[in-house]
Amino acid sequence: MQAYTKHESIAALMNRSNVDTDQIIPKQFLKKVERTGFGKQLFHDWRFNDDGSDNAEFELNKPAFKGAKILVAGDNFGCGSSREHAPWAIADYGFNTITSTSYADIFYNNCFKNSILPIIATKAQLASLMDEIAANEGVKFIVDLENQQLTTPAGNGFKFDVDPVRKDNLLKGLDDIGLTLQHTDLIDQYEAKHKQTYPWLWV
Amino acid sequence: MKKTMYEKIWDSHLVAEVPGQAPLLYVDRHLMHEVTSPQAFEGLRLARRKVRNPHSILATMDHCVPTKDRDLPIADPIAKKQIETMADNCEENGLNLYDMKNPNNGVIHIVVPEHGFVHPGMVVVCGDSHTATHGAFGALAFGIGTSEVEHVMATQTLPQQKSKTMLIQIDGELSKYASAKDIALAITGKIGTAGGNGHVIEYAGSAITNLSMEGRMTLCNMAIEAGARAGLVAPDEKTYAYLKGREFAPSGENWDKALAYWKSLPSDAGATFDTVVTLNAADIEPQVTWGTSPEQVTGITSIVPAPEDFDDAIKQQACANALDYMGLTAHTKITDIPVDLIFIGSCTNGRIEDFRIAAEVTQGTKVADKVTAIAVPGSYHVKKQAEDEGLDKIFIDAGWEWRDPGCSMCLAMNGDELTVGQRSASTSNRNFEGRQGKGGRTHLVSPAMAAAAATAGHFVDIRNL
Repeated sequence: MQAYTKHESIAALMNRSNVDTDQIIPKQFLKKVERTGFGKQLFHDWRFNDDGSDNAEFELNKPAFKGAKILVAGDNFGCGSSREHAPWAIADYGFNTITSTSYADIFYNNCFKNSILPIIATKAQLASLMDEIAANEGVKFIVDLENQQLTTPAGNGFKFDVDPVRKDNLLKGLDDIGLTLQHTDLIDQYEAKHKQTYPWLWV
Repeated sequence: MKKTMYEKIWDSHLVAEVPGQAPLLYVDRHLMHEVTSPQAFEGLRLARRKVRNPHSILATMDHCVPTKDRDLPIADPIAKKQIETMADNCEENGLNLYDMKNPNNGVIHIVVPEHGFVHPGMVVVCGDSHTATHGAFGALAFGIGTSEVEHVMATQTLPQQKSKTMLIQIDGELSKYASAKDIALAITGKIGTAGGNGHVIEYAGSAITNLSMEGRMTLCNMAIEAGARAGLVAPDEKTYAYLKGREFAPSGENWDKALAYWKSLPSDAGATFDTVVTLNAADIEPQVTWGTSPEQVTGITSIVPAPEDFDDAIKQQACANALDYMGLTAHTKITDIPVDLIFIGSCTNGRIEDFRIAAEVTQGTKVADKVTAIAVPGSYHVKKQAEDEGLDKIFIDAGWEWRDPGCSMCLAMNGDELTVGQRSASTSNRNFEGRQGKGGRTHLVSPAMAAAAATAGHFVDIRNL
């Protein structure tokens, strides 16, 4: 996994709540057996017209948001299906940071497996960020995960909370499976006990 | 200390709590389908890792499979490749797969209970948010991403953060034709799609214990629609009776041991929950969603709301967007909304009980002019059972299509889909924009309500039939 480093990037504004994973990556693109290349289909049904041209009305198609790495969105982002294709598409498109007041649980977990930092803001903090972007489209924010600090030119930044284990894994780009396999002895011990306690599961 | 059922299952599955790392939870059962697993197998192969416990896995093909003309090759080459990849991955790793030709094939969350593969007290995962279904057995069952699918295959564990607990207490008698689906929709309407975020729900009360196992599965299935990681119902005599004699259920001496364990699982009297929500079953009318989120729902005797009916600015905007997408005018009576297509099926409502109630409503009727109605059993076993009971004839005589099992129009990956502007009454679980096809308009309802709408051509209050 790619390590997450401090960066200064354009913040794109998506002022919608309950953005679901069916919108992030519609189901017709879930048939692939690879995990790469989904960025082209991110927000497909909103982003493109029926003839395949860009929908000029869709916020992420604004020229000012081109190259954005930070997505600022409304409440309960990523609800619905567990599809990891959603964070794969978000990362492949170029985002590595999302800021919202809340996320659906599975989506939130999936972000950390894909070098995406989902920042949790208060309602007031999110509103200030949205106002700042709306007033100055193309504005760049600084995300410093090490110090858990978001900084903006107009001073709407804030310190954010993140689980220390997840933070460490993001900063180091650590693979969870490798970490868990360091505890194979503990898993073996648990399993030996499990076979005795729940013998019917091992018939 | 008094413990909730969730805390008991959590404690008994804790493998390790290493400082500076997330707690490691043991996984008893791992369910799989073709859409969210191929990249996990690829990851294993690249890292030269093996599946730790192949016997813990049960796999099926459901999302992309056609529900008619199954003898023909799959027309969509990308879907075909995904199906073939699933078969290859299962063979390579020695996994139990119910492929499209297998008489046990069907939607994963329908098939797994049919074979008694999930028991009370287990930790169960699947790369699918509707894994919550299996909480009906008192198992901690939740959806995971594909990276986690790979993690579980390699280690039989998952690093997890402990959830908060929510008790949803529902007492009283449901009115005739109000069902588990209506309870699930009413809950989502009450607490919202983010209401359960960070929580595991336990459903309790007389209205819950009165539900059949099928009803409990429908209810827990939609825990995710209220934002919860999982839903749980305490195991009881109905649970044990359902499991007894099924293929993967314990037998002989092991049955007695398992039963003793299962009886220790329900939450202790006086255990505390982080959040408590109460509903009165008698107040729950048959529900119909009017918008593009499962929380945008109301009773059949109600009207479509207007943006100004909401206090919250975000909800006002969401209502305006939904009315625009759904092509609805505010304050239209729900019973005046016409429908074009009826879908009965999915992991929410694709069980035998769902087809029985729909057939009861359908018997002796005809599908309304210009309405298409399709019944998609959740598995070949459900299909056969329904046919043995003559239900298929009731549907076919009324003008319905009687299909082979699969996820079908719930998420429209297999070619069964709405066209732009088409409006469905659907027994599935999500009414998101485009979920059943780009531009399609979905109203979520129970099987009885869907069947009644098929005959009338619009929504009707089945209590008046």
